[in-house]
Amino acid sequence: MLCDVCKSESACVFLTQIVDGKMQKVNLCESCSRERGVTDPTAFALADLLQGLGAAQDVEQLAGRGQKCGTCGFTQAEFKKTGRLGCSACYATFTEGITSLLSSMHKGSSHSGKVPERQARFVEKEKALKELHVQLRQAVKSENYEDAATLRDRIRQLEVEA
Amino acid sequence: MAIRKILGKTSDWLGGDGPHHNIVVSSRVRLARNLKGTPFPGWAKKAERVTILERIRPHVEGLPEMAEAVSLACQDLSALEKQVLVERHLISREHAAKGLGSAVVMNRRQNLSIMVNEEDHLRMQSIRSGLQLKAAFKSVNKVDTELEQQLDFAFDSTLGYLTACPSNVGTGMRASAMVHLPGLVLSEQINQVVQAVNKIGLAVRGLYGEGTEALGNLFQVSNQTTLGETEEQIIDRLQKVILQIIEHEQNARMTLLQHRSSTLLDHVGRAYGILRYAYSMNSKEALNLLSLAKLGCDLGFYPEPWSVAVDELFIETQPAHLQKGSQQKLAADERDGLRAEIIRGKLEECPTPAILDVLSKVPPSTLPPKSASPEA
Ligand SMILES: [Zn+2]
Ligand SMILES: [Zn+2]
Repeated sequence: MLCDVCKSESACVFLTQIVDGKMQKVNLCESCSRERGVTDPTAFALADLLQGLGAAQDVEQLAGRGQKCGTCGFTQAEFKKTGRLGCSACYATFTEGITSLLSSMHKGSSHSGKVPERQARFVEKEKALKELHVQLRQAVKSENYEDAATLRDRIRQLEVEA
Repeated sequence: MAIRKILGKTSDWLGGDGPHHNIVVSSRVRLARNLKGTPFPGWAKKAERVTILERIRPHVEGLPEMAEAVSLACQDLSALEKQVLVERHLISREHAAKGLGSAVVMNRRQNLSIMVNEEDHLRMQSIRSGLQLKAAFKSVNKVDTELEQQLDFAFDSTLGYLTACPSNVGTGMRASAMVHLPGLVLSEQINQVVQAVNKIGLAVRGLYGEGTEALGNLFQVSNQTTLGETEEQIIDRLQKVILQIIEHEQNARMTLLQHRSSTLLDHVGRAYGILRYAYSMNSKEALNLLSLAKLGCDLGFYPEPWSVAVDELFIETQPAHLQKGSQQKLAADERDGLRAEIIRGKLEECPTPAILDVLSKVPPSTLPPKSASPEA
């Protein structure tokens, strides 16, 4: 990957930041990063740097323009202002945009750490349901209706379990 | 008032007795948690924040770890008291700006503090002396497990713990170590180290100072990502990198002793002279000289007990700590005078650097002498 500034050296400093609710990335070579004083990506205003670069690349936005969180009334415009969400249900409301945002911010896209003890059973059930739905889609796609019927039954059964 | 009990006492983690304490000052782990179905503090209305606080606070105060705790509502704290808590790393700068509807609960040893309604409903942190990330995690994790028995935390099977800022989602964990790296700074290797660490998804930043400036040669190394790895994996990764940084720092110190001893002695000696005899000192100068005094302790220039005194001075010479002993608001020059006085007082009995002792113990270099390196 080439440096975004000089476009000649290969990049070794990779910065990602949310500016105004947009994901921004910039890749710099060692000498350009030193020149621009990028020794601390967390304290560095990427926006300032990008302005000097012309077109900011890879700009993603939260999906659902004008959409409102049904639980807390939060909107995308608010996220642009603060980079913070309104409530935990916002993650479901703005799921599309958030998913891509998260995958560029983090190491992975799904949690593998601690699960609250009291929610462990529920979380396991959710995971199992998700997996069954994937299998069901595959079965339907390959016109394997017998399996699909079995899977549908298992999903129903799991759903009614307390 | 309850806060007096905290303000009059030194924090436990300043004891300077943790592993690798000559390079790693402290280790901290914080967990962010939120209640299900209620807006995050930044989006909640004041009345909602008050309700959330009322719901959470009794459970936090009821923790066995908080049996001897001090529980303080933000609106009951003066700006100065909040600033003292910030300087002791017990609350964040953001939390110091909060008023009605926010609170902090901390134990007497000042190694466990829980902020309610900071950016998230709960920010719980454990702090330990030296490199003790695992111990710090264990302690804060236990608190989290106790609280989740009583409170319904916002959790998603795919995304993990849901937080106000997407950058904390997943484990909601930020693990960090405060490291003192004068050797790497003096030998101008620090930028390389910072960049190498950044490249592998960890953040390094100066603890004091703006932008790229790192006053007192103190840096904070922390994980940048929270989703996709377990808490243990994140801590293991961080621990490994910090052990490498320690090794680099030790090598840099040894190289300085072997090849640039006159530069090093000049720095240590001047710092000693100024700290012992100055009558006015601003915060920046104090941090940088204290860093050299701390380096002197680590290298054996001063007897062992002085390192705790120097570590304490880092905190006691911060602006709010200076102000808290005075009735009137101190002007900047009065503060600088007081700072110098406190340092002189604390180091009054500190012996002159044992230069010959240290130099006689430096092993001969295994590398060819760097005659080219300038004694700048
Ligand atoms: Zn370049
Ligand atoms: Zn919401």
